[in-house]
Formats: sequence, structure tokens, C-alpha cells
Amino acid sequence: MTVKSVAPYDFPPQDTVDQFPAPLLYIGWEDHKMFCAPFCVPMPPTTLFGDLVKGALPGFFGAHPDFARIDWDQVQWIRSGQPWQPDAAKSLADNGLGHKSLIRFRTPGLKGLGGSSH
Amino acid sequence: MDMKASKKLSLKDRYNLMTRDLAWTPTYQAVQDVFPYTQYEGIKIHDWDQFEDPFRMTMDAYWKYQAEKERKLYAIIDAFTQNNGHLGVTDARYINALKLFLTGVTPLEYMAHRGFAHVGRQFPGAGPRVACLMQSVDEIRHAQTQIHSLSNYNKHYNGFQNWRHQHDRVWYLSVPKSFFDDAVTAGPFEFMVAIGFAFEYVLTNLLFVPFISGAAYNGDMGAMAFGFSAQSDESRHMTLGLEIIKFILEQDPDNLPIVQAWLDKWFWRGYRVLTLVAMMMDYMLPKRVMSWKEAWEVYAEQNGGALFNDLARYGVKVPKGWEQACKDKDHLSHQAWNTFYNYGAAAAFHTWVPSEADMKWLSEKYPDTFDQHYRPLWEHYAREQAEGRRFYNGTLPMLCQVCQVPMMFTEPDDPTKIAYRESDWRGNTYHFCSDGCKSIFDHEPEKYVQSWLPVHQIYQGNCFTADADPSQPDFDPLADVLRWYKLAFGQDNLDYADSQDKRNFEAWRSQATSN
Repeated sequence: MTVKSVAPYDFPPQDTVDQFPAPLLYIGWEDHKMFCAPFCVPMPPTTLFGDLVKGALPGFFGAHPDFARIDWDQVQWIRSGQPWQPDAAKSLADNGLGHKSLIRFRTPGLKGLGGSSH
Repeated sequence: MDMKASKKLSLKDRYNLMTRDLAWTPTYQAVQDVFPYTQYEGIKIHDWDQFEDPFRMTMDAYWKYQAEKERKLYAIIDAFTQNNGHLGVTDARYINALKLFLTGVTPLEYMAHRGFAHVGRQFPGAGPRVACLMQSVDEIRHAQTQIHSLSNYNKHYNGFQNWRHQHDRVWYLSVPKSFFDDAVTAGPFEFMVAIGFAFEYVLTNLLFVPFISGAAYNGDMGAMAFGFSAQSDESRHMTLGLEIIKFILEQDPDNLPIVQAWLDKWFWRGYRVLTLVAMMMDYMLPKRVMSWKEAWEVYAEQNGGALFNDLARYGVKVPKGWEQACKDKDHLSHQAWNTFYNYGAAAAFHTWVPSEADMKWLSEKYPDTFDQHYRPLWEHYAREQAEGRRFYNGTLPMLCQVCQVPMMFTEPDDPTKIAYRESDWRGNTYHFCSDGCKSIFDHEPEKYVQSWLPVHQIYQGNCFTADADPSQPDFDPLADVLRWYKLAFGQDNLDYADSQDKRNFEAWRSQATSN
């Protein structure tokens, strides 16, 4: 479907990658809705996936009491709804992540505050 | 024309003389050139004279009637102001609902004024044109009376001073703003279905009534007065919305699928805006009228259900997102207030953890969900706050491309899981909070790729003050965004518990009620 219009309707998209300091990455933690929504952060594509996990995630999610209890070897990753196996030693780009990619992680055994998924 | 002064005209004659008889068919210019927007949407109208305005109000009667109402309204507002009526409200938490109203809803009244003026100009039929003109004047009056009523609060409380500036900039205000911008950039028929029908008819009882009855329950005579003043106009607006949709459907069978698609879209768009109302009802009013869930059951499930039964004879079906909206009623307000609690440092009003008494009420109103899903969250926040660690989320959230709400909504059948949807279009990925928003995008991707998403705009560097220098090592981007919002840090934002509003209200009230 397309927009019905009185004249040609063609405008540039607002959020192409060239307009950001780095491609946007969306990242959510399953069953921890205390963080009300997933995060949106610009991340240089050369960032190693392991550095994202060790360096950036504590700043995003560290306020939750479950965060310190995460066993990172057990974490299950999801990319756009599909199970996904990132390589910690490779960059975001080499892991196939691009502008506006969406990743989530599930931490088995941790179900949020009082088991409420928050 | 016989103009005998002695004879009083009947209502019908007067209406005809002052509306339809003032219209003419142009001869110097083609009709299509005078009314260029009536065909491209695909709606077919064969006879504009078939539209019957059920109110048959003429402009002279309109002015007389409205002037009388406004005299009464301003008398009440004056009395409220002179008697320090603001100290009579339940407590100063209530005033935050007014800040949300002034920044989020009042600018929409003004946009409705513009929208109806535009549509009134574009419709070739004199009947709908006059009805739209009156609604356009109503809407600018509503904007004005709301601004005047609430200006009294601006003398005493924080967060009211930059409402118009903030409407175009602040992250959560992009939700109502983009909703109306979407409507006014549509064609005239879509605008009428979107605002005249879906919003004014189907959803208005869930927007306007909760705020005004909330004002009444919480002792706010000023806000109540503008609500009652607007009430009689609202019934005219609702009737116009309903009559126009019936008129469109009766004119040509080809109009039905177009109208149905608009209903699906605008029901969902409007419902997403109502998220703000849901949280206002359940969390922001110190004395609550009814829960969001109860309001949804009365105004949507019962009244709306009857409406769609009535429209079934035209072939109209219940809008697509209806079923999900009914499932969400147990969760919506809690998820919304958590979002504002998270980002309370970037909101132009105060947020707080519900008290033990508030939570008791929430447990009673939401017996199937509150204790299991939401109480543990608030109790955790309360404990943290007691230990001096009030939680503020410092990382920006992912937003839905269409409704622009942070991606906080859960799957309709699993309230523990955030709902994620996405579409690819011309090499880019777009994310949505729901099937409803994804479907709206997929129908008109060219429109929604232009969304001004506040989070993305911040990262693009478009939300800093003119003299900001992001290259400086000590540059604090989020602090500068708040300056760009004209949001006074420590006064307009943060927790209610430590606010100047709370301190002032308590001090003033104790002066007013004791020695």
C-alpha cells in the first residue's frame, strides 16, 4: 500500500544511518520490565560484542538486583525474535548487527523482582 | 426573497437561509479547482445536500449561546482564583494531571481548530461546511478557556510555564502531537473519520470525561468549569462525527472499505494516546473516580459495543485492535506509570511511588493482575527510595515508529513479555509496539518513515540549545536536552516527594486552614 496524495509523495526517511554518530542498536533484557522498554543506543560497529556486554550493559541494566547474578555463560540471545549466537570476540558488524538491529537477552533462572518479570 | 420583518422565521427556514442559501456553485472556476481535495482519497459523494445537520444551529444563535456560557465560565474562574481555590484540591499530586493536560491535550484543541477550519474550507457541501466551521470555533474556544483556567496554577506551581514550547519537543508529548499531525496531514475525509468520528465519538468519553470528573473528585472547580462549558459543544461534535460517517457510507458502497481501514487505523492511534489517560486515572489522581479498567468497560466495551452494533447495518465492523485493547485494560496504566517513573527526570511533571493506600485500591480494582505483576515493582522502588536510591533510568528507550510511545507494551496474551514487531522498507528496519502500529506503517510507510522520534532526534544532535558545544569533554547531553525542553531541573521534574510543589502546597494550605 502507499499513501494517497494529490501530488508525488516522496520524502527522505528521518532516521537513516548517515544521520547518527554511530548505528543505533536496540537492546532489551527479557523478564526485566523494571526497565520499562528496551534501550536505544548508538554503538560503533567496530565495538567487540564482548566489550558491549562487559563495558556497556552494566551501565544500562546494573540498577537491577538481578544483574549482578547473571551467569553470562547461560545467557540466551535473541535477534529480531530468533535465537542468535553472538561471538564475543568479534565486532558488532562482524556479528551481523547493523543500523537499528534489535537484540535481546534472556537470563535463565532470573525472573525479575519477586518473580514479577520486572 | 421575502424579507418581511414582522414575521419570525422558523428554525428550519433560518437554518436554510443562513447556511445552504449562502452557498453557490462557482462558474468562473471549475468546482474541482475550488475544492481540490475531495477526490484523491477515493471517497465518492454524489449529493452533498443529503447531509442533514441535526443541530441546525446558525452562526447568530451560536455566538449568543457561547457568549452566555463564557460569561458564566469566567465568573467561576475569577471566583476560584480570588479564593485561592487551588488550595482546595485533594493534594498537590493532582496538579500534575493538569500539567499533563495543558501540555498534552490543550495544544490538540488548537490543532482541532485548524483541522476543522481546513476541512470546512475543503468540503463542497454547505451543511458539513457550516458544522465544521462551528466546531472549528468551538475548538479554539476550548483551547483558550483551558489556558485561562490553568493559568492560575502557573502562578503557584512549577511545570506550567512552557507548555506550548514543550508540546513540540518533549519526548512523551510527541505521542499526542504526532497523533494530531498525522490526522491534519491526511485528506479531509480521513480527518473527519479520524477526529470527527474515531476520536470525538468513540474515544472522547475516555479522554475528556476522566479529566473533568477527576477535577470534580479532587476539588478543582476551575478545571471542572471549563469541562462543563465544553460539554454542550462535545455533544454537537459527537453528532457531527456520527452523521458524517453515516453520510459517507450512504453515498456509495465503494466508500465502506476505505472508511473501515481508517477506523482500524484511527481507533488504534487514539487508543495509544489514551495510554496517558489510563495512567492519569489510576496513578495521578489522589482521589480516583474509577479505574481505567472500569472506564474502558463502561465507555468502550458497553457504549462502543452498542455503537458498532448500530453501525453494522452499514457493513462497518468493530475496529481491528478492539480485542487487544480489551485484553490490555488490566495492564495499561501500570506499564505507563512505570515508564514515567523510569524517566521522571525528563518529564515536566512529578512522579511518585503509589502509597500503601493507593496500592490497596489498585489491588481491589485489578484483582487479577496488580499483586502478581505490579506490586513487587512499586515495593522495590519504595525500598530503594527509602535508602536514598530513587531509581531514574539514564538510558534512552526504544520507541515505536508509529505511536512513538516507548516500547513498553506487552504481548496481548502474555503480560510478562514486551511485544516486538518490525518491518523492512527500502533497505531500512522499522520497529513497532504492536500489530496495530505495524499495520498502520505497512499501509503508508512513506508517511511514517518521516516520524520525528524524540530519542532518535536527540542522538542526531537536533535537541540541544543553540549555544551547546557537544565537542567539549564536560558536555552533558541529557542535561542540555532538558534545557532545550525549557524544563527547570529540580523544579519541574523528579520525584513528588522532594518537590517544591509539595512543600509549597502543604505550607500554604496549613496557613489557609490554621493559625
